[in-house]
Amino acid sequence: MNDLIIINMLVLGGTALAAAMILYFVSKKFAVRTDEMVIRIAESLPQANCGACGKAGCADFATACARADEPTFANLYCPVGGQAVMQKIASLKGFAATDKPATVAVLRCQGTCRNAPAKIVYDAVSSCRIANRISSGESGCPDGCLHLGDCVKACKFGALSLDQTTGMPVVNAAKCVSCGACVKICPRGLFEIRPQSPAGGMVYVACRNRQKGAVARKNCSAACIACQKCTKINDLIKVEDNLSYIPPTVDAREFGAELRDSCPTGAIIYKERVRG
Amino acid sequence: MLKISANPHMQTARNTGSIMLDVVIALMPAAVAAVLFFGIDALRVILTSVAGCVLFEYLACRYWLKTANTTRDFSAVITGLLLAYNLPSSMPCWMILIGAFMAIIVAKICFGGLGKNIFNPALVGRVFLFISFPVQMTVWPKPYFLQWTSPDGQTGATTLNIIKNIDVSSEYPMYSPADIPNLLDMFLGNIGGCIGEISTLALLIGLVYLLWRRVISWHIPFYYVATVFALTSILYMTTGDFKFQPLFHLLSGGLMLGAFFMATDYTTSPMTVKGQIIFAIGCGLLTVIIRAFSAYPEGVSFAILIMNALVPLIDKFAVQRYYGERK
Amino acid sequence: MVKKYTFPMGGIHPDKHKITSACPITAAALPEVVTIPVKQHIGAPAKIMVAKGDKVKVGTLIADADGIVSADVHSSVSGEVVKVEDIPGASGYGEKMISIKTEGDEWEPSIDRSPEIIRDINLTPEEIVTKIREGGIVGMGGAGYPTPIKTALPADKKVDVLIVNGIECEPFLTADERLMIEKAEQIIMGARVINRALGIQNAVIAVDENKPEAVEKLTALSKLYVGVNVKVCKTKYPQGGERQLINAITGRELPSGKLPVDIGCIVQNVGTVFAVYEAVLKNKPLFERVVTVSGNCCRHPGNYLARIGTPISSLIEQSGGLSDDVEKIVIGGPMMGNTIVNTAAPVTKLTSGILLLGGDEFRKHEASSCIRCGKCAVVCPAGLRPFAIRQAVCFNDPAETLRRLHAGDCIECGCCAYTCPANIPLLDYCKIAKQEIRKK
Repeated sequence: MNDLIIINMLVLGGTALAAAMILYFVSKKFAVRTDEMVIRIAESLPQANCGACGKAGCADFATACARADEPTFANLYCPVGGQAVMQKIASLKGFAATDKPATVAVLRCQGTCRNAPAKIVYDAVSSCRIANRISSGESGCPDGCLHLGDCVKACKFGALSLDQTTGMPVVNAAKCVSCGACVKICPRGLFEIRPQSPAGGMVYVACRNRQKGAVARKNCSAACIACQKCTKINDLIKVEDNLSYIPPTVDAREFGAELRDSCPTGAIIYKERVRG
Repeated sequence: MLKISANPHMQTARNTGSIMLDVVIALMPAAVAAVLFFGIDALRVILTSVAGCVLFEYLACRYWLKTANTTRDFSAVITGLLLAYNLPSSMPCWMILIGAFMAIIVAKICFGGLGKNIFNPALVGRVFLFISFPVQMTVWPKPYFLQWTSPDGQTGATTLNIIKNIDVSSEYPMYSPADIPNLLDMFLGNIGGCIGEISTLALLIGLVYLLWRRVISWHIPFYYVATVFALTSILYMTTGDFKFQPLFHLLSGGLMLGAFFMATDYTTSPMTVKGQIIFAIGCGLLTVIIRAFSAYPEGVSFAILIMNALVPLIDKFAVQRYYGERK
Repeated sequence: MVKKYTFPMGGIHPDKHKITSACPITAAALPEVVTIPVKQHIGAPAKIMVAKGDKVKVGTLIADADGIVSADVHSSVSGEVVKVEDIPGASGYGEKMISIKTEGDEWEPSIDRSPEIIRDINLTPEEIVTKIREGGIVGMGGAGYPTPIKTALPADKKVDVLIVNGIECEPFLTADERLMIEKAEQIIMGARVINRALGIQNAVIAVDENKPEAVEKLTALSKLYVGVNVKVCKTKYPQGGERQLINAITGRELPSGKLPVDIGCIVQNVGTVFAVYEAVLKNKPLFERVVTVSGNCCRHPGNYLARIGTPISSLIEQSGGLSDDVEKIVIGGPMMGNTIVNTAAPVTKLTSGILLLGGDEFRKHEASSCIRCGKCAVVCPAGLRPFAIRQAVCFNDPAETLRRLHAGDCIECGCCAYTCPANIPLLDYCKIAKQEIRKK
């Protein structure tokens, strides 16, 4: 009887010891080395893993931050977490965080069902990427919104919704984190992650059509017809390929209202405040 | 106004509904056989089961999933038929409805409805009934050819039951080899068993129809049956035991029903031919193991359900050869 | 019994609808204005050589090939250049086009307009390639790959067979079929010309068994010439695909990312071969082609010899005009063709057909859930699993996953979407997958 107990103890104890040793060596040999700093940075990240920072995900971004020296760190930015998170990471690293102006995604098209009426019926899978491939779209504008909402599906933050009456995606600025997913998915490059202009506010040309004025106008009543009127208000504004572009450096508070009123087709949008 | 759309601009007239209807048609000979041998009771079982399944599907689509109504594509009818075919003719109606509930609601709708279920709904319903009501599920009314109702209410055993319980070494065996029905009866369906599985002939007619209409390919039925045949032959030859006689195993129990109609269910079988072959061989192997070594006489339902669980894995690895890839 | 060839992997049998098989090729009316795109091929757009106001003749070079992968463009009418600018094409997107107003029908004097067939080829391979290049010839089957590249072999490549593609597996289209019936000997001569350029004696004209008249004519004539054989293929879509045809005729498979020349084959469409004959032996550049105007809503379907740049609307008018039940106008076949937005768009070197389609058969049906039948994988001639590609696209999987599914090897034949009983537009998902792969 005693023998049995002793044998049992020996066998079980031996097995346990062997297993423990194997575990010990395996954990030593195959240990994944993680920097303490990486873990702490990762903890302060939003963990959306959206890739907006240009890295493969939050863990990758944290590693990059941990390895970065001060100048390279200035190039790293988490648009989702924004300034608050970057400040936190900077303080962990002992750096000073650089200031970035608030940005938001804007849709540079006003090809609503009314402005750009359909001349043909789109009858295929509901995907802008397919629609863009097979034709210029229902309205005929080769650069306009296709109203199929690939961007809405791509937005992980619920900041985009499709307006049923206009057919256009609408950016909810309060929810937009400027991750750039919509910019990447839109086959016509209609979205722009736009910083607000130096004194706040935003003014931009909501059109991407590069056709000649008359043709563009035929497709959409709110198209930029390259009339050059806006260029006369501020010389930073340039018209190229029949399309005007207002750089974010143009002060929206100062010129916004004037620009908006000057545009004969109403292609210029002026917002006094970016959020809310 | 003209339309723009992506190619192709043509599509076959064949859609989900027409394919499912073909399966229903292919199942009809077995229904006829069931009514011929079990009379009005078989009809009662079939109608209750189909009505239950369609009703549950309709209610679930309407009030729960809130998706397009999928009752019109006949998939619930198939589930209902298959569930009925897996029940004895004496099954009470309320139990059949419980089975239909398990099949449609638990096995199908809970997974997201048509096309998303992992397990064959009819088999889930059957196995649930089998476990919950073992007595009712193992009472086998004797077949009484061309008589509308059972003349004497006699019950018997299935062939597989008989085979399983023949014990030559025992002094008072439950059954002797003389109790085994002859092969012709087994082929035509004049034996005890679930209402849809008895007549191999009727099921074969259904299979030919499915193959002719190209609803299924021959791979799963062939490899399933062939595996069972091969394995039982090996067992028969090595042990010489009467209960492994391969022909009995082919012609009795739910093998043909399972191999032709349940293992070939699109949703719960692998999508590539390679995967289907692996799946069918797995089903055959498990069927023989369960029939030969477990306490249950029949193993087709369990075999198919177990292999159903492996389908996602098979689908992941059983990849066909890409064009241009070295052979 | 003649051996019939076919490819083993996948394929479907859609309804043929070859309603114009018996319609002889008739010359389409000369349009008042032609608009000729400068890019009707794969590669760089040709350099424009004319300006507004210039007078041109039929066959005058109006845009010159810009580099190796490009092709010359010739005027298809005589008259005056009226516009050189971006004009919306068939898809609605702007393309650089040259508009020419027709005045008379004066041809360049160098073009041999006599009807006799030239049977002697005394040119060197280099001269042949030069003439093909000067003829502005591109693959007329649909890809638009410049032909001179295919006929001028790099020194390290060896070709042992020229396959002349007379399959025309798309429903409705009969342009190639009529060409084979009416210009059989010219096609054989064209094949011999390319044979000579390649330095081989082995051309195979592959014809589908559903074109018995073409098979008969070509077989009889090919017996008179060395190095040209006719092989009959079983009807199956997409037999006319380059990869499938090579597989059917030679048994070779084209590995992913390789060109036919890497496995010793050159495939040319019959239309291209005929154009080569005309360019090399008749000095006639490619400025007209056979176009099938057909479809279930077409009042008077037919095969037309149309000048490049003819507005599509003009051909539609000549075949009875647009009826109310036309829902789609498709350029090319119904399986791989595209719907057009704009009927003012011109016929190009690649326009094999104009189809007026309508009704239930040609409508998109509402997609229901996938029932996992796996038929898409069975019919895929590239051996892909479209269902898996769709799933990956729906889950926004990274390009790496899509690449592992070989989505890039999709030939966009549409067999998967044609077959799907749940009407899922599988091809669209494959196209998105290809796009995602190419992005990275």
